[in-house]
Amino acid sequence: MASKKASRRGFLKAGAAAAAVGAMKTASGQAAVPQAQPQKSLKDLVAYGERSRFVTSVRVPVVDRPSPDQFGLIFHILTPLQEQVGNITPSSLHFVGTHRGAIVPDLDPKEHKFMIHGMVDRPLEFTVDELKRFPSVSRIHFIECLGNHSKPEYKTVQETHGLTSCSEWTGVPMSLLLKECGVQKGAAWIVSEGLEEVKGGGSIRLAKAMDDMMVAYGQNGEPLRPQQGFPLRLIVPGFEGVYNTKWLRRVKVVDRYYMTYNDYGHIQKEEEIAAMTVQWGPKSVITFPSGGQQLPGPGVYQITGLAWSGGGKVRKVEISTDGGQTWKEAEIPGEVHSKAHTRFGLNWKWDGQECTLMSRCTDELGQLQPMRSQLAQHFHEPPDYYKTHGVQGTDNMIQPWRVASDGSVHNALV
Amino acid sequence: MRSFRFFLPVIALVVCHAAWAQSPTYGLGKTPTEDEIRAWDISISPTGKELPPGHGTAKEGAQVYTQKCSICHGTTGSEGPAPMVIKRQNPPANPGPCLAPCIRDGNVMAMHAPYATVIWDFINRGMPFKQEGSLKPDEVYALTAFILYKNGVIGGEDDVLDQQSLPKVKMPNADGAAIPDWKPGQPRPFWPKP
Repeated sequence: MASKKASRRGFLKAGAAAAAVGAMKTASGQAAVPQAQPQKSLKDLVAYGERSRFVTSVRVPVVDRPSPDQFGLIFHILTPLQEQVGNITPSSLHFVGTHRGAIVPDLDPKEHKFMIHGMVDRPLEFTVDELKRFPSVSRIHFIECLGNHSKPEYKTVQETHGLTSCSEWTGVPMSLLLKECGVQKGAAWIVSEGLEEVKGGGSIRLAKAMDDMMVAYGQNGEPLRPQQGFPLRLIVPGFEGVYNTKWLRRVKVVDRYYMTYNDYGHIQKEEEIAAMTVQWGPKSVITFPSGGQQLPGPGVYQITGLAWSGGGKVRKVEISTDGGQTWKEAEIPGEVHSKAHTRFGLNWKWDGQECTLMSRCTDELGQLQPMRSQLAQHFHEPPDYYKTHGVQGTDNMIQPWRVASDGSVHNALV
Repeated sequence: MRSFRFFLPVIALVVCHAAWAQSPTYGLGKTPTEDEIRAWDISISPTGKELPPGHGTAKEGAQVYTQKCSICHGTTGSEGPAPMVIKRQNPPANPGPCLAPCIRDGNVMAMHAPYATVIWDFINRGMPFKQEGSLKPDEVYALTAFILYKNGVIGGEDDVLDQQSLPKVKMPNADGAAIPDWKPGQPRPFWPKP
């Protein structure tokens, strides 16, 4: 009730001006464009735009884990991939995975400091404003949580794949900052740390830090959102999401692997599986038609979806409309960025028969996205092994969608 | 001031030897004092070199646990509601999904750590709930000893853990945490051949 009252007041305030505009006829004599009843004051609407009330796509919590958890802290929130167009995830719809960080940390960027120390000649501490004086770079990269596992019981692509998002990140290359500090001989790893209650962070090889990591302060043309680490976060392109330390306050350069708060997700006995846990493989998913959607009838559709890889650029996306027996190369209409969501599409005439749609990605390293049965074979497990076990490493398996003869679309993972 | 004196020879070197590859280009940022670094540096190496002075035993840890931890982790440390920190006395025949790799009772996350220093670091930075970072080093040593004792990793209730002894504790998963190499442009170990 309180919010209804407030919006009513907002409407009354804005009412006079809006009504005047709404009543006018256009010069061409056409009917006036209908005016939405403003939910905010005109001043607010001028200051910061909002989407149409007819656009309703929202994030939802991960299906089988409570968000928040019983201590009010752990959140896993899924982005609505099925309703997104293009490659960029709107900042307000970016997925959230946080182990023990408050969901909206209230950090003052004027007070925030970022320190690099350890095995460097010159330890340095930067304010956010000082970081902005360095040459900046803007790069488009996905971030995907290790927990992004499809399961047969998940219905929509939001549920099966919603823990990945893609933004344009702006910041300073980590390599530039490390050179500024002078990395000492014998250094081999960095340990990152955030400012939230538990000071979460991770251990990352120095080679990655010198390759393409970034200390980001911008996301999609704005400062980072608080849920994405405002005012600073680490961007570790192509690696598992938890490495992208939010609310970044410290990087320590060290000589060996440290294990810290967020590293336990990577503990694997076998070196091969450990390596598959660090860097995302080639991955793709069809977002239309996808689970829970409905085709109105036979006819022409565009199959579309997103492909990405932690190994670099997407080289090729193929689509199967017969459950993986034959594959056709999809079109990639936009520019392809390294370690970034890449929109693909294929015109398709549906004949009204039941069929299974799949997509698979090949990246610039030549890596091909696998079927679950292929992974099971590699690890000498039975084909139905993943009914009862998680996949080894990060899950980049092919996602099948079954289109029933009534046009309804279902998760076909078994 | 100390740090400024330290940098005088560095500045002299840069002036005399312009081609020195590691000289700063931008000169932005401030040099933190040693005290400022020490105040923030809570990372603990598996060698334990950053561990602060202090000590504790499992017996002492049992008291700290009752006062500051049991409200979330339960009186036995097994029943929650917060994650299990002590293995169950009578684990059920079908204990449910086990965090891979399964170590002993499976769901005691602390037992997955390949080094005992990880448990110290985790408690020090992340516990207790809503008072994170408030424990004194002696309390952290004592709680680490308590968890290791209750999970059967160290033998004695009066074994003292400190800067020297903690890094020497052999964890059950000491050999269970592979550290893969990584280089730019490196593919993953497995993908199907087209």
